[in-house]
Amino acid sequence: MDTIEVIKNWIDKESQVLDLGCGDGNILNILTKELGVTALGVEINQENLNECINLGLNVIQQNIDEGLSNFSNKSFDVVIMSQTIQVLKEPKQALLEVTRIGKESIVTIPNFGHWATRLNLLLSGRMPVTGALPNNWYDTENIHLCTIKDFEVLCSECGIDILEKRFFNGSGKEKGLTQIVPNAFAATAIYKISK
Amino acid sequence: MDDSLDFVEASKITLNGSLDLECGKTLKTVELVYETYGSLNSDASNAILICHALSGNHHAAGKYKGDKRPGWWDSLIGPGKAIDTNKFFVVCPNNIGGCHGSIGPSSINSETGDYFGPDFPIITVKDWVRSQAMLSDCMGIDRWHAVVGGSLGGMQALEWSRLFPKRIKKAGIIAAAPKLSAQNIAFNEVARQAIVNDPDFNEGRYLDKNTSPKQGLKLARMVGHITYLSEEAMRSKFGRELREEKLNFGFDAEFEIESYLRYQGDVFSENFDANTYLIMTKVLDYFDPASECNGELADAFKSIEAQILVVSFSTDWRFSPERSKEIVNALIEAKKNVSYLEINSPHGHDSFLFNEQDYVKGLASFLKN
Repeated sequence: MDTIEVIKNWIDKESQVLDLGCGDGNILNILTKELGVTALGVEINQENLNECINLGLNVIQQNIDEGLSNFSNKSFDVVIMSQTIQVLKEPKQALLEVTRIGKESIVTIPNFGHWATRLNLLLSGRMPVTGALPNNWYDTENIHLCTIKDFEVLCSECGIDILEKRFFNGSGKEKGLTQIVPNAFAATAIYKISK
Repeated sequence: MDDSLDFVEASKITLNGSLDLECGKTLKTVELVYETYGSLNSDASNAILICHALSGNHHAAGKYKGDKRPGWWDSLIGPGKAIDTNKFFVVCPNNIGGCHGSIGPSSINSETGDYFGPDFPIITVKDWVRSQAMLSDCMGIDRWHAVVGGSLGGMQALEWSRLFPKRIKKAGIIAAAPKLSAQNIAFNEVARQAIVNDPDFNEGRYLDKNTSPKQGLKLARMVGHITYLSEEAMRSKFGRELREEKLNFGFDAEFEIESYLRYQGDVFSENFDANTYLIMTKVLDYFDPASECNGELADAFKSIEAQILVVSFSTDWRFSPERSKEIVNALIEAKKNVSYLEINSPHGHDSFLFNEQDYVKGLASFLKN
């Protein structure tokens, strides 16, 4: 099962779904077609916005870092934030907002604790550049990377409950050591959380 | 994308029945002038209604024979353009109260045989939308694929989606606002005062007296025009350029911006009716759907079923992006289908008339689906 399959399994049919940082609308498009959800995306990149509109999705041009106060408490069944939290200026605030707006939330993060990242830093002595994190420190959008442990500590500090979690290796598979020592072997983690 | 329409012509129609206006008066016969581009398909499902803004009219696209300049939205309407006349049947009427052929203050009142002049009733956005619905009936269009407009035109598109939810599939609300601010009303009031205090205004009966309040209308347009442009656009277009290369220590138009505004005002005052201008500004001032629901905009949007695209422009200070976001956020709260684009453009409020790539692409994608 890949991440999108997991997300699909965690969302009820015909739910109201908000995807913060929806990109080109891929996830929302699948959820709309296969689960009949009512979807709304939030995105900042103009080309992505146009892609979403092209797919017939509802999408709002909005900078998440400038706040989400226009979304009221528990106004969506599910809020998705996939591979987005690490590019935000205030990830903690965003996490609190996500769990305020959604009855449940699904957050996907790249795991900075992955062994390849650790090894890269250990051997080269420079900020890791890997398949999952392909850019140099000075031109990466990822300004707030964290490990799986870090994320779970933040959730606990914020009083956010982790309802479910799944871990994937670099090929998007839930295999072997990824499941035993996720903080060292998972490339991606996906959480269902609520507050 | 550069294709233009062949020569276009306007049509005139007398609507079936009278129109009861929001002010309590009735227009017994309603004559509308309009243009169409493209062809209506067999199930009449490809029609797009274009709503014009304050000083606009039915000539939205293409050229009249002998004209050099095309209609006011030719950048967006035509074969292969955002509002693609190869796919869509596009209709643009001149609104009632206007001065380009539809019934308005400069029309003859059939009951008295005189010009309506200042006796023409004050119109509202709702009245316009109802008259446009009557036009739809006459044209055999049960449901518009889309209703699209900029500025005051966007307000009509919004009102359409509220008033006739079953008759509109999509609404394009561009550079609009859910109501005017005190500052917006203030600018309108300056324009109105300029007109009514022109000695040639004659309390609105200037057509009977064979005068024309051109000075007032010119001033009104000059003030309005400033609010349509951004500071940035004015600076880059005119800066502090002088017409002659020196200061003349006088009060003639010395700076290019002065001469530009005077010219725009002069052209406008030759081609527009002062009473129409007064009415149009009132239509703007009165528009406030939330007022019907104790100020709750989201409640005012309850009836909406259309898919809505709201577009704003970064340098628009007349109806800034914040004003568009009020519409968007109320639609989100009301759980309606809404998309929102905030386009970077240097042209201020007038941006909606320009062929800005992200804007045109977004609108085209929205209409296509």
